[in-house]
Amino acid sequence: MDMYAVMFYFFAVVTIASAFAVVSTKNIIYSAFNLMLTFFGVAGIYVLLGADFIAIVQLIVYVGGILILLIFGVMLTNKITDSEIKTGWTQVLPAMLVVAAFAGTLLGMVLKSNWRVLPQLQQPVTGLADIGVLLVNEYALIFELLGALLLIALIGAASIARK
Amino acid sequence: MHQITLLHFLFVSSTLFCLGLFCVVARKNAIMVLMGIELILNSANINFVAFSRFGGFGYNGQIAALFVIILAAAESAIALAIVLNIYKMFNNVNVDEIDNMRE
Repeated sequence: MDMYAVMFYFFAVVTIASAFAVVSTKNIIYSAFNLMLTFFGVAGIYVLLGADFIAIVQLIVYVGGILILLIFGVMLTNKITDSEIKTGWTQVLPAMLVVAAFAGTLLGMVLKSNWRVLPQLQQPVTGLADIGVLLVNEYALIFELLGALLLIALIGAASIARK
Repeated sequence: MHQITLLHFLFVSSTLFCLGLFCVVARKNAIMVLMGIELILNSANINFVAFSRFGGFGYNGQIAALFVIILAAAESAIALAIVLNIYKMFNNVNVDEIDNMRE
């Protein structure tokens, strides 16, 4: 078992265990902090896949932005004074059945499919320059549109929340 | 290095997807539903990056993952604004109690 495999199993276990904690814990604040661990684990998996830039973006945007937003949401929509920020489940049994069936289907498809994997993998390289060139050449339109979308989303969120 | 195959990554991402799906379907609090959506988007992102590495698509998959992250940021900002409005109107954010469209 080499170092790569050890790191993969470490990050996979961190990701899945903390995602399980997100789903199963009763306290929303614990869920939010476990979600942070999940994001870190997923960032580690990106690094193992040779996507360093995506890993950094994941850390900055998810941990620094989205998670803070979610925690703000928790703080603003619960009465902090009762000091117990708990939440329950609804329709657990049907949900479990549906998710189990879905998981079975998904796993069956993953295992049965005839994936065409390249015989020799290229070594993971940091392709920051290549990603930048792709973003302003091939994907320039999508890039600009996403910028506009972010602006619209920001204005929309502010105007919805202010109402 | 090559004993970790594509299937390992696909297994991690399917598990993450199923946990997120369960979170969306079975939790009461609207913010927990949002966290489930984030889990699902993360699992899709792992798939994008894994396929782009193992299938030889260069950096295209990574750029798709980047776009997904941007969309997730926009989505969570809008969704939290909506949740705040729901809280103002109904005084809770439990998705099973919010069942009328107007006050």
